[in-house]
Amino acid sequence: MPVREGGGSYPGDGVKRMADVNLTVDGKKLTAPAGTLLIEACKSVGIEVPSFCYYPGLSLQGACRMCVVKIEKMPKLQTACTTVVTEGMVVATDNDEVRQARKAMVELLLGNHPLDCPVCDAGGECELQDMTFSYGASESKFMEAKNHREEQQWSPVVYFDRPRCILCYRCVRVCGEGMDVWALGVQNRGVSSIIAPNQDDHLECEECGMCIDICPVGALTSGAYRYKTRPWEMNHVGTVCTHCGDGCKTTLGVRRCDTGMEIVRGDNRDKSGINNDFLCIKGRYAFDFAHSEERIMQPLIRKSGKLMPSTWEEAFELIGKRFAEVRDKDGGLAIGVVGSTRTTNEENYLLSKFARVVLKTNNVDHHRTADFPALAAALHSKPGQTASMRDVLTAPAILLIGNDPTNQHPLLAWQIRTNVRLRRAKLYVINSAPIKLQKQAAGFGLLPAGAEAKAVAFLGGDDSQLDSLVSDGTTREAWTALRDKIRAEQNLVIAFGSELRAQDIQTLVSVSSSLSGAKLICLGDYANSRGAADMGLYPDLLPGYQPVSEGGRFQQDWGALPAEKGLSLPEMVDAAKAGKLKALYVVGSNPIGRLGIDPFTFSKSLVVVQDMFLTETATIADVVLPAANSYEKSGTFTNTCGDLQLVKKAGEVTGTKPDFEMIVRIADAMGFDVRSLVPFGGGTHADMGQTRGAQSGEADRHAVWLEAHNLEPKMTPFDPMAILDEIQRVVAGYDVSRTNLLAGADQHIEIAHCGVGASHKPELIVPANDDLFSSGTLGRYSHTLNSVYENKPAESEIAAD
Amino acid sequence: MKFSQEFEQRFADMLTHYPTKRSALVPTLLYAQDEAGALTDEVIVELAQRLDLTELEVRNVISYYSMLTTKPRGKYNVQVCTNIACMLRGGEELLNHCQKKLGIGHKGTTQDGLFSLEEVECIGACSWAPAVQVNYDFHENLTVDKMDQVLDEYKKKGTM
Amino acid sequence: MASLVSHPDEVRVISKRFGQGATDIDRYLQLDGYKAVQKALSMQPDAIINEVKNSGLRGRGGAGFSTGMKWSFVPKQSAKPKYVLCNGDESEPGTCKDRLIFEHDPHSVIEGVMIAAIAVQSHTGYIYIRGEYRYLSVIMQKAIKDAYAKGFLGKNIFGSGYDLDIYWHGGAGAYEVGEESALMESLEGKRGVPRIRPPFPAVVGLWGGPTVINNAETLAAVPHIILGGAEWYAGLGTPKNGGTRLFCLSGNLNKPGVYELPMGYNLKKMIYEVGGGIPNGRGLKAVVPGGSSTPVLLPEEIDIPMDFDSVGKAGSMLGSGGVVVLDDTTCIVNFALRTIKFYQHESCGWCIPCREGTDWLKKTLTRFHAGAGLKKDIDNIYYLSENMLGKTFCPLGDAAAMPTMAFVKKFRKEFEDHLDGKPCPFEKAADRIPAMA
Repeated sequence: MPVREGGGSYPGDGVKRMADVNLTVDGKKLTAPAGTLLIEACKSVGIEVPSFCYYPGLSLQGACRMCVVKIEKMPKLQTACTTVVTEGMVVATDNDEVRQARKAMVELLLGNHPLDCPVCDAGGECELQDMTFSYGASESKFMEAKNHREEQQWSPVVYFDRPRCILCYRCVRVCGEGMDVWALGVQNRGVSSIIAPNQDDHLECEECGMCIDICPVGALTSGAYRYKTRPWEMNHVGTVCTHCGDGCKTTLGVRRCDTGMEIVRGDNRDKSGINNDFLCIKGRYAFDFAHSEERIMQPLIRKSGKLMPSTWEEAFELIGKRFAEVRDKDGGLAIGVVGSTRTTNEENYLLSKFARVVLKTNNVDHHRTADFPALAAALHSKPGQTASMRDVLTAPAILLIGNDPTNQHPLLAWQIRTNVRLRRAKLYVINSAPIKLQKQAAGFGLLPAGAEAKAVAFLGGDDSQLDSLVSDGTTREAWTALRDKIRAEQNLVIAFGSELRAQDIQTLVSVSSSLSGAKLICLGDYANSRGAADMGLYPDLLPGYQPVSEGGRFQQDWGALPAEKGLSLPEMVDAAKAGKLKALYVVGSNPIGRLGIDPFTFSKSLVVVQDMFLTETATIADVVLPAANSYEKSGTFTNTCGDLQLVKKAGEVTGTKPDFEMIVRIADAMGFDVRSLVPFGGGTHADMGQTRGAQSGEADRHAVWLEAHNLEPKMTPFDPMAILDEIQRVVAGYDVSRTNLLAGADQHIEIAHCGVGASHKPELIVPANDDLFSSGTLGRYSHTLNSVYENKPAESEIAAD
Repeated sequence: MKFSQEFEQRFADMLTHYPTKRSALVPTLLYAQDEAGALTDEVIVELAQRLDLTELEVRNVISYYSMLTTKPRGKYNVQVCTNIACMLRGGEELLNHCQKKLGIGHKGTTQDGLFSLEEVECIGACSWAPAVQVNYDFHENLTVDKMDQVLDEYKKKGTM
Repeated sequence: MASLVSHPDEVRVISKRFGQGATDIDRYLQLDGYKAVQKALSMQPDAIINEVKNSGLRGRGGAGFSTGMKWSFVPKQSAKPKYVLCNGDESEPGTCKDRLIFEHDPHSVIEGVMIAAIAVQSHTGYIYIRGEYRYLSVIMQKAIKDAYAKGFLGKNIFGSGYDLDIYWHGGAGAYEVGEESALMESLEGKRGVPRIRPPFPAVVGLWGGPTVINNAETLAAVPHIILGGAEWYAGLGTPKNGGTRLFCLSGNLNKPGVYELPMGYNLKKMIYEVGGGIPNGRGLKAVVPGGSSTPVLLPEEIDIPMDFDSVGKAGSMLGSGGVVVLDDTTCIVNFALRTIKFYQHESCGWCIPCREGTDWLKKTLTRFHAGAGLKKDIDNIYYLSENMLGKTFCPLGDAAAMPTMAFVKKFRKEFEDHLDGKPCPFEKAADRIPAMA
């Protein structure tokens, strides 16, 4: 049980599921499972009992007294947030006595609360405003001065305004219980009580900003957003975060600006995502790369050795002509294509198709961070063995091999912690270093560095590995005991990092297959790493892990395909050095910066780069096309678990184009019939004026209805929905409910239904090694991410070489 | 951080009294304060480390209890009760008198560091009101004259 | 050291060893000490609980809940250790009785804790003493050490095969910690913020184990009940209000002091005979009968027996036994202000109505007393209190609201006399420091 100042237990603590009980609330008869809190029972029949301090999933406080209700036979009003339903209970939630009590609470709060609503960030979305509106505490009974304290800046992203604080302790709990960071406390007592940060006058924490999101008033505000706009002046678009591979939904607040649509704010007001309440620093603040001053806003063409601003027409014409020349003269083998882990599935699929069909090459690759093809191979035709992100929240037990989710997969870590805390799930951790999640673990095996594969073999029954697993932290006996515990678990979710590759994954799958109900998660690093793999950005695999040697369905759909497997990225480098690679097409990737490739490698090749910034790769390009990022386009992402989600357009920067459109334009410039690349033109043929940027929390109702009636418009070859049709049709595993998808629900993709995959070249996997405060190229251009104290590199005792 | 032998002995004993380490925190803080004069950053770091707590947790607790302080007080902390029973018998007048005599207000400390003054809540001397505690010593059934005597004695003791 | 008083009407049970040197364990043994616990060891636990139930002993901390009943709520079987916790965090204004028990008869508290522990089959007890009582902590720590040295505590106490440890624990200045769940938080090394109840401490208490929490005076009475019998003890008081209790007489009295009187002793008699009446020939204005949180009684309301039920019927509470007497030179507004200042200072701040309510009451009353009050303030003060009453997380809010409402209701005229910029009519009316006898 987590430590908490002041008394409180979690709802349902130690309560066994018993028979349902019957009660009456405001004359309505209702039934709720024994142990249910009254406030939740009321909610279940649409009766809202107001509260500040009660927050589902966090420990109970009973502090704000807003949820008082009248229960028959009880002399005093009772707090619905701490009362458990009992048989025959008769409750009034809205009589005069209750309304008066709530009104008095609001009056008391307003007594000291500054009425600076006109300039408060929370104005318009403030729970205290709403409560005041509901209970009509319009008259001020006090004439004394309010207690004042100066506002404090706790970090570049967290500001605290004590007078506005109503002491609901949500921030303290979400930071401690939820994040396991415990950076906030309560100090002093009585009316002097104050929320305090862990470092005297500032915070040292994960800077997730959960405290800001959960604050019902404007006491905690975001350094990245404060005083920028009013909530009602923004549109709110729920889309998928573009940073790590977990696929959190982030709600972006956008507003018109000189250069298009500016993203002003990120938060998770929309709780419909797989992340529920959770967002990390990157999901919340690191959208600001989109408005970096270093963003490329027009095409660049190298003229006399220098990249010079140009026009789209000139750029496409040049690229189309040169690509066609190389293809026709030297063949597809002379062209290399490097795809992205942050472009949408539709773009990845299109790029994969474009390479094979238009450029006639299998030389396709991307920055691989996990061995998804090996998992596909191991699970081929064995469905039901992969876990979704939601499964992690409910699984009775979780085994984590390798990786450090707290830093690399913050949502996964949140799901694990929440599950352990609220559902008493058992966590087992096997790692070569101590990681923070150890704290939640029921069992921990400390490995010698690099021994993850041996641990998997040991789990599979290979006792000969035991000696090589023993470390200072874990003895032989401890390993055996740990294995016994893991083997006894039912419905275990096994999440593994990129430490396990190729054959190790095969072994792990055979271990998991021997456990009843076990499911797997393969952890890749970028927002659409899984999508890049699923969409076939491999030299030997087509979308759906279909080997190029057996084009199968794709032969029929795409037409004639090159049958020989193509060059991997390192092989392209070799080919370029040998002068055989005449052209390189890089979409949303920075292989030179991220993979340490010698920048002079491609000096004799035509290099075309689509990117937001002049990265190390873009700098050596002959043509650079300014790309939109995933916050500026629509499509789908598949997270590392295989959960497919809709990406919605939120921001816009004039002068950029989505990669999708650019690929189509290049095909067009090469004289290719784009209709056979993108099957557009289906559905309705009139512009219905609908948007795909639905408001926060809403499903895209237009699209849902149109889809249900087979009228979804795909009016142009630039519409990713047109290619989604094709993906759903031809990529095995992706035939999930389109209606659910458009309604905003995540849809789990069964990798087992995909092609046979491949277990190959584990050395091509290069972990991104991003942590909470870095995010590859994007992180470099995020001002906020770079501004937080925790992101300063630790002082190294060894001089850098 | 160096504490007295007596402190260390009591601390070691107390740790065996409870199923959790942090249970020893509140009394330990008071004894530590008595020795160090105040709960300085150094004391906080030390006790947090000994009791497996964060410094924040220790600060949260310190700021709750009115006897605990992070700022040093005078050698003799004169705590005048003005709560109802004492008030009815002149506690407020006694406080005023001390303020004048010592030249300091509530929570003030004299220049020489000898006295601090504090208006405190009920100290459990209601039947012997008005009462004052100097550090831990009770002085009861006071009058202005008796108060003067008490203060003079401490002054003598403190400047010897 | 607090001075002792006496009066012929006193019935000395708890105070019978006061002034007898009973802090010394051998002296305590001479005075029938540690006999009760040995008797308890030979009794069935249920029999002990029944004896205490039948004695009519009710909690001396203020709530007046049946002690035997409280013990009977502790589950017989428990996976987690059970605890007994003695509440010696005495801090209700007007109350100074536990102090005398700790000072003069610490072993009786230890013995009471031991009997409670045996009754609920617990093997660990704590005696929590407020931080200001440092000299009493010294006495108690020594008393416990002496009891261990004699083999009365520790393994196999009195050769009975029963193991029992008792430890001292100290506070550091917080009235709220006197609330039983906040007391447990404090003992666990946390801020003294009360816990959500249910579950009650008897089921889920210290470190999650079932816990009996009793006031020091309550526990000190237990050995006497076990030795003297329930019937004898009950017979000392009135029906349903067994025994005697220590009444702390304070305020404007000729002979203030702590007197042990039978439950049900007449309040008027207590003031005029035991307490020696009002000094300097002044009249009686009001009486706070059971510590600062109990509603004030007017002179015409004090001809009542001092037991839980009778005082309740009179619209107040017996509370902690602190009888504070106000003479007719007292300004009620100022008295109300001082009372609320205390609660404002001691509110833990956890819940809105107590944290904000006490602060606004203090602010309003301060201004009001200073002569800048408005007529509507009087209603506002009442309105604020009324809206705190019964709505706070723990009884501290009620403790602030109840007396304030009574002051306004019973002395409205005096509040009105402060209006219109008039100075407090009682200012400098009296030299409040009485000449010492």
